[in-house]
Amino acid sequence: MKEVILIKNGELSLKGLNRRSFEDMLTANLRRRLSPLSPFNFYRSQSTITAEPLDENVDFDAVVQRVGKVFGIAAFSRAAAVEKDFSVILDFAPRYLENSLKEASTFKVEAKRSDKKFPYNSPQICAALGERILNEFPHLKVDVRQPELTVTVEVRDRYAFIHENQIKGAGGLPAGSSGKAALLISGGIDSPVAGWMMAKRGLKLTGIHFASPPYTSPRAEQKVHALLGKVAEYSGNITLFTVPFTVIQEEIQDNCPESLFTIIMRRMMMRISSVIAAQEDCGALITGESVGQVASQTLQALACTDDAASLPVFRPLIGMDKDDVVSISRQIETFDISVLPYDDCCTVFTPKHPRIKPKLESVIRAESGLETDALLEEAVKGVKVDIIK
Amino acid sequence: MLIYLDNSATTAPCPEAMEAVTHALEDTWGNPSSPHAAGIKAEALLENSRRTIAEKLGCSSDEIYFTSGGTEGNNLLISGAVKARQRQGRRIVATAVEHPSVEAPLRQLENDGFELVLLPADSEGKISEKDLFESVNKDTILISIMAVNNEVGSFQPVSAAKKAVVAAGAPALVHCDAVQAFGKIPFNPHSAGADLITLSAHKIHGPKGAGAVFVKSGVHITPLTFGGNQEKALRPGTQLMPAIAGFAAAAKALPDTGKELVRISGLRDYFLNELFRMPNIAVNSPKDSLAYIVNISVPGVLAAHMVNFLSERGIYISGGSACSGGKKSRTLTAMGLKDEIIKSALRISFSRFTRKEDIDRLLQGLTDGQKRFLH
Repeated sequence: MKEVILIKNGELSLKGLNRRSFEDMLTANLRRRLSPLSPFNFYRSQSTITAEPLDENVDFDAVVQRVGKVFGIAAFSRAAAVEKDFSVILDFAPRYLENSLKEASTFKVEAKRSDKKFPYNSPQICAALGERILNEFPHLKVDVRQPELTVTVEVRDRYAFIHENQIKGAGGLPAGSSGKAALLISGGIDSPVAGWMMAKRGLKLTGIHFASPPYTSPRAEQKVHALLGKVAEYSGNITLFTVPFTVIQEEIQDNCPESLFTIIMRRMMMRISSVIAAQEDCGALITGESVGQVASQTLQALACTDDAASLPVFRPLIGMDKDDVVSISRQIETFDISVLPYDDCCTVFTPKHPRIKPKLESVIRAESGLETDALLEEAVKGVKVDIIK
Repeated sequence: MLIYLDNSATTAPCPEAMEAVTHALEDTWGNPSSPHAAGIKAEALLENSRRTIAEKLGCSSDEIYFTSGGTEGNNLLISGAVKARQRQGRRIVATAVEHPSVEAPLRQLENDGFELVLLPADSEGKISEKDLFESVNKDTILISIMAVNNEVGSFQPVSAAKKAVVAAGAPALVHCDAVQAFGKIPFNPHSAGADLITLSAHKIHGPKGAGAVFVKSGVHITPLTFGGNQEKALRPGTQLMPAIAGFAAAAKALPDTGKELVRISGLRDYFLNELFRMPNIAVNSPKDSLAYIVNISVPGVLAAHMVNFLSERGIYISGGSACSGGKKSRTLTAMGLKDEIIKSALRISFSRFTRKEDIDRLLQGLTDGQKRFLH
């Protein structure tokens, strides 16, 4: 017996002619995510991808955990692949699913026979296996409508597969299938969640972080690395650009009105990010902003920020409550990292009384004292590049 | 070259400690409880280490029990004492400026229904003897007072505790967290009047993972953990021999306490004199505090910013107290300092490896930092 993963494509099958390239991308992502555990062979047929490990001693629990984090999978099964022999199937299924059968109180058997040469049809398989299970586990009752446990036998071209209830996948679209975007990441709770949400829609991520040493500590950068590491478990590798931001923040402080500090700072971030994103072939910027959360996230402030970006700005959290964002951050395990107490560049020089409803013309006038182009060029020149795996 | 002036957080292991650790790993890795020769050899090293620590503290080696460090030691002694005496009273007296590894177990006991009295600190970070005498009553079963405050270096009137116990006729044990004092000032259980004392290895150039507690002969406390008979069953578990051997070697290697204190006081005075050439500087440590710890503020410069700035230049100091993890310093707050002073508070802590050149580099760094941030 060997174990495999059977992946049922969710949304992918809706994509008509694109399907094949989406599946290619999903398979490539799976191969990359699973390669540290074992080399895998992938087979495709009838909207199912079979992932078969070449290493017999692979840690299959770890395989299941990793597959559960790959976007583009609606549901999957951990299955045993056995010889297509009726008596082997009947003998093996109760043993393979023994623990689940012991715990359940109701069950049913489902059979799918895509190999029509197999001498028993689906109802025959169901009947024989159901009877065998009832004999071996007399406490069980059959419930065809809402069983606790569904034992499935799929007779396909190479093997017969035996598995129990499907495991919910991460959903979404394969990372990279929708292109690439740059995530502005500070270290707070919001930006990793925003990145995760867009990665789920098939975007490959590039990270951009602004560091202001000595106002910010190396710990703040470590924190961003750790956060992106969590997101990368879903999205695949992320290239992180760390931008030196100290000089720009000090220049803004010295040359611009205090009440507009944050908005002008964010406009500089947008300009720098647009340049880096364009160089990296990104089609959009991603931020963790949501309406009304802080002074820089009013409609007026967001409009001023957008004005400085030369790419579309995606804000997946725009209409979300903080509680909902926190619950996603717990789910993707970024929350505990986000709440570590290291100041990021957004908390340096925060004005006491920020302008809540800035007007674009007055912001543009206020930042006229800055040598925007020179500062921008200097910052982009100083970026540090890391690959987060 | 790196300038390490954060010795109240931890110290660099001394060569003697490193050698002892390596030797114990290579040569003395037997289980000290085993009956065979390998065990006997390890036991000999263990008992030798115990004698060294006992001599350094000025007590009998029967009174020393090895632990994993300061936090475990404080927890063991505090909850062990309270459990052993809980039928004789309900009150616990301590200072409001104890280390978190003392305060947190005390709060646990308070949740369990004991009455916790925390004595306030004055503008010098010290509690008053008068408060102490007034708070100790017949119902008091434990007094916990640190020897030296870890944030500003103030000495607490530890020896008054025993007098207060006698005056009140209290069934109380006296615990002293001496983690910051051990090896730095003449300090012994008798003069301190303490029944229970906590020590840690890595504050005296030993390795992390070892510490010791002193439990006065004849005093019984209840263990925190249960298992074998190691450390007379007060702290069961196979002893971490390399760390313990390193602890003893570090203690043995300490220079003469009195002479070294004179040298460190000289460095501290030099530092403060030079520091006052800088405009707008505040010194938060009281004049008569432990010379090894100096707490200062550069108003207008957030502590974290100065720490980062100096770190980039290879100079390592601490903002407020290294243990407080971003929280506002309790000691400085208790001392009634202004918010601006607390936010910019820096802790500089010396060691036997600190030289005048290190102080000069720090002074230069602080001067540059002040200019950098207050341009």
